[in-house]
Amino acid sequence: MTTNSVPRVRVPAQAKAGEVIEIKTLISHEMENGQRKDAQGNTVPRRIINKFTATFNGKMVFESDWHPAISANPYQSFMYKAKESGEFKFVWKDDNGSDYSATAKITVA
Amino acid sequence: MASYSRREAVLLGSAASLAAILAPQMALADAKAVEDEIKKLYADKKADAGRIKLDVPQIAENGLVVPFTIDVESPMTDKDFVKAVHVFADGNPQPWILSYRFSPECGKAAASARMRLAQTQNIVCIAEMSDGKLFSTKSEVKVTIGGCGG
Repeated sequence: MTTNSVPRVRVPAQAKAGEVIEIKTLISHEMENGQRKDAQGNTVPRRIINKFTATFNGKMVFESDWHPAISANPYQSFMYKAKESGEFKFVWKDDNGSDYSATAKITVA
Repeated sequence: MASYSRREAVLLGSAASLAAILAPQMALADAKAVEDEIKKLYADKKADAGRIKLDVPQIAENGLVVPFTIDVESPMTDKDFVKAVHVFADGNPQPWILSYRFSPECGKAAASARMRLAQTQNIVCIAEMSDGKLFSTKSEVKVTIGGCGG
């Protein structure tokens, strides 16, 4: 069973300069760990999202490498110190070569 | 060590028997496997205690989804920030759980995620600072139902 991976991100729409904000992300994904066996006893091949990256106006902010121990529908939160208005880009990389991405704008006063 | 209520004791007991059933099919890591992984990253460099706050539940009822938060003390300036954090578990089929790379843009080296734990085990966390210093911490999570799937 495979579901479409739909990313969801929560970024505050506005922040004060210098404020440290929390960014929350979630993506639907089976995160098949390669340990499970199907009804016929065959090992289900591994297929996980192995990397998550967050950039702001093109600059790297936060990266995470995921291994099979990450739960299905992986959640990831991290912090960001607001400096200027701009756009976040979040990218999730699947074992099968696909990329899922999401963007979010923030206005910094 | 905290004393257990009857209910908790029963839950722990059932988890232990479940682990015993699963164990023969699964090669699980041990503390040495975690040490080996860390050696691959940092050779024999010594890690100091402190600076990392690893927030994990003492008892996880469901090993499939165990939330954890890491918070490393650092000014997070361009000159002094947390470069990377690696998280390991010494009783999972594969010890490496995840790695984070932070930047000074983060403002605070804190992150939360959710992991699968096959059984009661230690979570080991190692942080690398921008000046190359290492810090580590360890915390035990008691798992009542393992999260390896079947």
